[in-house]
Amino acid sequence: MKQQIEGSQAVAKTVALCHPEVAACYPISPQTHIVETLSRLVKAGEVGSCQFLNVESEFGALSVLIGASAAGARTYTATTSQGLLFMAEAVYNAAGLGLPIVMTIANRAVGAPINIWNDHSDSMAMRDAGWMQLFAEDNQGAVDLHVQAFRLAEELSCPVMVCMDGYILTHAVEAVDLLTQENVDAFLPPYDPVQLLDPSDPVSIGSMVGPDAFMEVRYLAHHKHLQALEAIPRIQKEFHQQFGRASGGLLESYKTEGAETIVVALGSVNGTIKDAVDDLRAEGLAVGAVKIVSYRPFPKYQLRQALGHAKRVIVVEKDLSVGKGGILSSEVKMAMRHLPVMVETVIAGLGGRAIPKASIVRVVHEALSEEGLEEPHFLDLNWDVINAELVRQQAKRRSGPTAENILREVGTLGVKAG
Amino acid sequence: MLQIRIHGRGGQGVVTAAELLSMAAFLDGKFALAFPSFGSERTGAPVAAFCRISERELRAREPILNPDVIIVQDSTLLHQVDVFGGLQPDGAMLINSTRTAQELGIEELCSKLPEHHWCIFPATDMANTHLHRPLPNVALVAGFAALTQEVSLGSIEEAIQQKFPGSVGELNIQVAREAYDYVKGHVLA
Amino acid sequence: MSYQQVKFYQTGTFTIGNRLLDEHNQTIQSQRDRTNSLNSGHRACQGCGEALGARYAVDAAMRAANKNLVAVNATGCLEVFSSPYPESAWQIPWMHSLFGNAPAVASGVAAAMRAKGKKETRVIAQGGDGATVDIGFGCLSGMFERNDDVLYICYDNEAYMNTGVQRSGSTPARAWTNTTQAVGTEPGNPSGIGKNLPAIAMAHHIPYVATASVADLHDLEAKVTKAMGFHGARYIHVHVPCPLGWKSDPALTIKVARMAVESGLYPLYEAEHGSVIDRTPIRRKVPVERYLELQGRFKHLFSDPPDVAGIAAIQAIADANIRRYGLVDQEVQGGT
Repeated sequence: MKQQIEGSQAVAKTVALCHPEVAACYPISPQTHIVETLSRLVKAGEVGSCQFLNVESEFGALSVLIGASAAGARTYTATTSQGLLFMAEAVYNAAGLGLPIVMTIANRAVGAPINIWNDHSDSMAMRDAGWMQLFAEDNQGAVDLHVQAFRLAEELSCPVMVCMDGYILTHAVEAVDLLTQENVDAFLPPYDPVQLLDPSDPVSIGSMVGPDAFMEVRYLAHHKHLQALEAIPRIQKEFHQQFGRASGGLLESYKTEGAETIVVALGSVNGTIKDAVDDLRAEGLAVGAVKIVSYRPFPKYQLRQALGHAKRVIVVEKDLSVGKGGILSSEVKMAMRHLPVMVETVIAGLGGRAIPKASIVRVVHEALSEEGLEEPHFLDLNWDVINAELVRQQAKRRSGPTAENILREVGTLGVKAG
Repeated sequence: MLQIRIHGRGGQGVVTAAELLSMAAFLDGKFALAFPSFGSERTGAPVAAFCRISERELRAREPILNPDVIIVQDSTLLHQVDVFGGLQPDGAMLINSTRTAQELGIEELCSKLPEHHWCIFPATDMANTHLHRPLPNVALVAGFAALTQEVSLGSIEEAIQQKFPGSVGELNIQVAREAYDYVKGHVLA
Repeated sequence: MSYQQVKFYQTGTFTIGNRLLDEHNQTIQSQRDRTNSLNSGHRACQGCGEALGARYAVDAAMRAANKNLVAVNATGCLEVFSSPYPESAWQIPWMHSLFGNAPAVASGVAAAMRAKGKKETRVIAQGGDGATVDIGFGCLSGMFERNDDVLYICYDNEAYMNTGVQRSGSTPARAWTNTTQAVGTEPGNPSGIGKNLPAIAMAHHIPYVATASVADLHDLEAKVTKAMGFHGARYIHVHVPCPLGWKSDPALTIKVARMAVESGLYPLYEAEHGSVIDRTPIRRKVPVERYLELQGRFKHLFSDPPDVAGIAAIQAIADANIRRYGLVDQEVQGGT
């Protein structure tokens, strides 16, 4: 039933419908509303025998779930940014052990400098750990992806992150079709573990693996993701049959037929991009968009199919590989191997910097112009501020903390006393 | 599409105001998106929230830079934060205050707006009367409905009841009705 | 056929599996139906105190839990020598996750059992001193604070041994390790008493806290058994000499452990809900030198001339313990 509801609450209610048995949570903005709502539902007895643990850190949270999942429980947590990095060791551990944990990432920038607003640097930092990473464009997508995530994780014995933009989606109130318990139960069977800590049938989980077998074990983890490239569209189809919506899948194309320029992105910015595409099409430009839903596994082949006919692909990404440039754009470029497609990198929206539709339109025009875009292109960067700070750093050795200097320049901080 | 920006301070229910607006628009059969712009929890800090209302599906996620309507819940922000930044030339404005435009120092701004496009009214007083709490958000939301006719009072009342069940909702509905009538009367005058 | 008489010396130890004792006094290891949770074939060093302690502790826990037990292990010697891929010495369900999260992982297993209504399945967590007092400290405190139904057993060999003998928060004053070497004006670990985890556990007011030693295996078994009779968070700290890191004779592991107890440096006591309720009196008090001289890691204290002040400082720690816990004359002075 459609309801005007906050994204976080919609997600929490949906997770509750999936019969989690152990949830361990540590609060961090902007995920707090999710864990608060889930804790209330558990305490009110609406989630069966689910155990909700308030833990001492994010590292503790995922560790609790590692034990619980190995003991056969369906498990869930949520985190972001600093919290995701704090549990980084456990993130790799969970994937390496093949435990089907589902975790919401309320995407947020990673400091320093400390920043609580949205970008994708957190989930990007964990992209190689072996978790599947699915990105939601809106809160309906977020809700639907969580249900699919439990299915996917348990089918393949591989943990899944559902990524939704912090504040932009978590704190947005919009219309969401909340699922019914009957439909969820028809779609999501009880968890049937591949490995289990069971006194009646003892196993040792977590042994050391040496040089003679490690490569094979890692290849098998990679193989799971290759299987997921087939499982994800299949699960999308089944979801469509059960719920009437084709949510999920690997990627989604928008007006790419006959498009010469295609904009590619992850997450909520795709909404703005679709509006920009409409404006550009109205101008007579052959522009389209592709939204990547499954970032891990990376849909190399499907991207090739979707983008291969274009002349130019503009990847708009909310992350930065410091010292190099784009992350997603490199991967898209790899997918376009041997094809005559130009792949541009646009770094945008870092630390919650707004991405106006007008800027997307402008950057497409710039890409199509004679001069083109530099590689990478930083969207809406304030070069005056940058240059002032560079001058400052050159002038004096003790130039002070960069962030503070810039904030003073931008006017957020007051004038220095004395 | 209508874009509304609401200004206030933490603890005044600014985010709730945007949410109620979006719920009312939804109940009226429209598409609506409400979202906040704030940082860590801190009572008293300036806060802004946004709401878009449209007949068509809303996809864009950018902040509202050129609002059609500005709502100011706390008049102490008027000369501290650029609350009117980007307001459309034919935009509308609602301000919570017991003072006049001249006393608030915004007479010139008001004169530039089309007639009947702005209203300053004592939303906090109305809230105090019924709720015994200085929460002007519901009154301003109802005032918005009266001023712009973009959402119905009926839907606002239903949204209030959904958000605040029981007697709290009932009292807020009374605030809403008083504010609606006041602004309607003021605008027609 | 001629028979040769074999003499068994039983001065204070329980050799040959106590077959000479009444059955009810026999240790679990000498019984035919022992679970051997940690089976032979593991790769521990000769004379490893931790392997000895773990065998006794886990079998006692298995007995108390009617063999319905899951064990979670932190990274460390015990984990490494018991699970050399592709083999495992564990005959029980056993999980190793990370270095710093054994308490949290165990909390998760316990929560899963609760969610599934499996009330009879009990959970223990095991870790060395490094995993317990240092890197896993946050998770351990969280487990205590939530009173999760886990018995955590710390095997304290007073340094990071598996990585090659480096100092931990448990390393005693003046001990040599590879990161507190016996050079300079202050050779060995700087003075202190090490992080007193049992006292910290007691400060959380959890149902049961105890210290134990491989010097008295019956006492260790009894404490594990008693702990398993409680529900909620429980903690047992076991002193386990490491011949490699302590540079002691592997044949003397139990004696070294006994000297620690008898000198007062390692007091044996039990606490419930934050208060000490019982202690094991010292049978024959010995000066700390009897303990220190058995270990090469304290060799620099006995150089020419000997470090009289250093030894005195260690003796002061022992004396303070004896006073605090009433280990000699049952009179407790101050403290917990």
